[in-house]
Amino acid sequence: MKETPQILPVTMAKVSVRRGDKMVLKEIDCQFDTAPARTLIIGPNGAGKSLFLRVCHGIVAPDQGSVRWAGETDPRTRARAQAMVFQRPVLLRRSARGNIDLALKIHGLDAAQRRSRVADALDRTGLTRLAHTPARALSFGEQQRLALARAVALRPQVLFLDEPTANLDPAAAHLVEDIVRGLSETGVKIIMTSHDLNQARRLAQEVIFLHRGRIKERAPAEDFFKGPENDLARAFLNGELLWWRRRSVYDGLGGRTADELGIDRE
Amino acid sequence: MKLRFIRCLLIAVLVLAGRQVAAAAPFIILASTTSTQNSGLFDHILPKFKAASGVDVRVVAVGTGAALRLARNGDADVLLVHHQPSEEAFVAAGYGVARHAVMFNDFVIIGPEADPAGVAKVKDPAAALRRIAEQGAAFVSRGDDSGTHKRELSLWAKANVDVAVHSGTWYRETGSGMGATLNTAAAMNAYTLSDRGTWLSFQNRQGLKIVLQGDQNLRNQYGVILVSPQRHGHVKFRLGQQFIDWLISGPGKTAIGGHRINGQQLFHPN
Amino acid sequence: MDEFWLAMVTAGSLIWQLDGDLWEIIGLSLRVSLTATGIAAFLALPLGALIALGRFPGRRVLIVLFNALMGLPPVVVGLVVYLMLSRSGPFGVFNLLFTPTAMVIAQVILVLPIIVSLSREILETLWQEYHEALRSLGASPGQSLFALLWDGRAMLVTALLAGFGRAVAEVGAVMIVGGNIDHVTRVMTTSITLEASKGNLALALGLGMVLLLLSLSINIAVYGFRYIGGERRLA
Repeated sequence: MKETPQILPVTMAKVSVRRGDKMVLKEIDCQFDTAPARTLIIGPNGAGKSLFLRVCHGIVAPDQGSVRWAGETDPRTRARAQAMVFQRPVLLRRSARGNIDLALKIHGLDAAQRRSRVADALDRTGLTRLAHTPARALSFGEQQRLALARAVALRPQVLFLDEPTANLDPAAAHLVEDIVRGLSETGVKIIMTSHDLNQARRLAQEVIFLHRGRIKERAPAEDFFKGPENDLARAFLNGELLWWRRRSVYDGLGGRTADELGIDRE
Repeated sequence: MKLRFIRCLLIAVLVLAGRQVAAAAPFIILASTTSTQNSGLFDHILPKFKAASGVDVRVVAVGTGAALRLARNGDADVLLVHHQPSEEAFVAAGYGVARHAVMFNDFVIIGPEADPAGVAKVKDPAAALRRIAEQGAAFVSRGDDSGTHKRELSLWAKANVDVAVHSGTWYRETGSGMGATLNTAAAMNAYTLSDRGTWLSFQNRQGLKIVLQGDQNLRNQYGVILVSPQRHGHVKFRLGQQFIDWLISGPGKTAIGGHRINGQQLFHPN
Repeated sequence: MDEFWLAMVTAGSLIWQLDGDLWEIIGLSLRVSLTATGIAAFLALPLGALIALGRFPGRRVLIVLFNALMGLPPVVVGLVVYLMLSRSGPFGVFNLLFTPTAMVIAQVILVLPIIVSLSREILETLWQEYHEALRSLGASPGQSLFALLWDGRAMLVTALLAGFGRAVAEVGAVMIVGGNIDHVTRVMTTSITLEASKGNLALALGLGMVLLLLSLSINIAVYGFRYIGGERRLA
């Protein structure tokens, strides 16, 4: 097997992304290194969290600015050192083990290596008895664990997770959190988005607060949850920040209906 | 797995594509009419010619108009049709070597058993058609520029009826072959003009019968023409001439005269 | 209704006897239509993939064009191919008119747009679903395409069957370019037309049922093949 290339630090410099005529990420400057092990990106819906993650992972190219992986600008040369788990698991029409096997094949591993890694990844995510089940016949929670197993099997230096528990029940979500925590303890850098503040409290060592495409605050988790410096972040923690209506933060909720305020019901 | 799947597919395609047509015997293309084919004549005489000469005759059966066009484009070696004026024009224009009269049969007017227009009361086909027009009785026309269609139009002209203005009312043009037109006539219980050969071999008569036959104006003459090798250098004129010679000679005439359906002779050699 | 029962009996006796002539006609039908579908697939699948995954000017035009071409009337295709292959046409020297090859050419033209359009649709849908994951894995274009083709194989086979169905059932094109010559270019559909024009409705319908049976057995064979291939488990 080829030597896995170095990927950290990941550096985003003046990164902007446009969708239509709207800027959805604005001049992001940001760097990630091995420590702290788990960075959580939080913020209201529409803040650009998922897009931030995709740009950082190299599957969406920024319109302006640059992303470097250990100095390298071409994401393809660093694809083998990172992995991503999507909010909706993208699984191919194969068995559970076939899905992991394909990913390893794409990464150029030989049959023997693939076999042991598949077994290991299935074991770590508790999916061993479902190895031969078609991926699409698994429950949603199992599918997300399989997506995680696939990422685990790739032994990435950085693992990106985009709201991996958003559609899971609490038990399944905890299982995924445990796996993620375990991974970070073996030295994998975790960069994860979440809109669940409790989950962020449980997992985060560092928090990035994103609002309308800008980083408003980046702080150690302890400090952030004690009392964020940014007024929007504070409003968000208090459950008062409504997307796209910055005005409402200052106006308070005074007598308005949810519809008027445009509360997102996702 | 994947490879096996793809390999099976490839082999299947190759095996099917690779097989060659077995026919290595010399052959000519004969452009003829659907009515001739539908009468079963070719099935009767061509094996005899093949036995005598070793030559395959591949029949492409279309309407007389289309057959003439095929031959004019050089897509046939020999032409066997039944519309004398067109045939003569074809030869005069230099597309054909010469026209030989081969055989004849006759047209018959087909109609419902009850004969609502009283066609059977007259002897003259033009008068019969005039009665149909006067009664507005349903009449089904080929409408496909075939020899039969051309003959039908000339009979209407003789009867002084302009069918074009009635098209879509009692006069129905099918724009298809003789058999298809007979099927339509049977379904509508309508009158139509057919060659006797197709009628005799036609199986789906339902309530139809011959209501008028035997008039001089209903004679149906077939001619055979070799496509000119001067126009189209690739024409197999030797084999084509061999076929024509056979058709108009003793054995050919016997073969043509010997084709019978239910004991009735369909074509009379000239 | 009598005709219908007679047709059933005729179909039964046709299959029961399965004489040399019928066998020859069935064989030619299969040979022409399978070859045409095979060639069309060989050209259409890469083309479908290119239009599905590629981003180039004129792509939308191509999509609309191929969708429209799915409705090509066979007779028109027959006429165009006739004019091309006629002795007076540009390809007359090849002497292909009234041969099975001419019929294959016409059917390839008929089938190609169907396979292009359907495979494009299938691959595009899969690509929308997979492209982020595949890019995340660092898959090369070749690896991505292979994953799409493999995962879409069940649907792609259905696209091929649709193409084959059109080829084996059409009569307008093969009648014109093949000429319905006995023992040379006579296939199931032209035989049916011929028998119908002779007023042999029972025989025509009987042949139609044989054709249906043929189509059915091919579909059963393909389904069985997929079943053995484990498709059912992974569907």
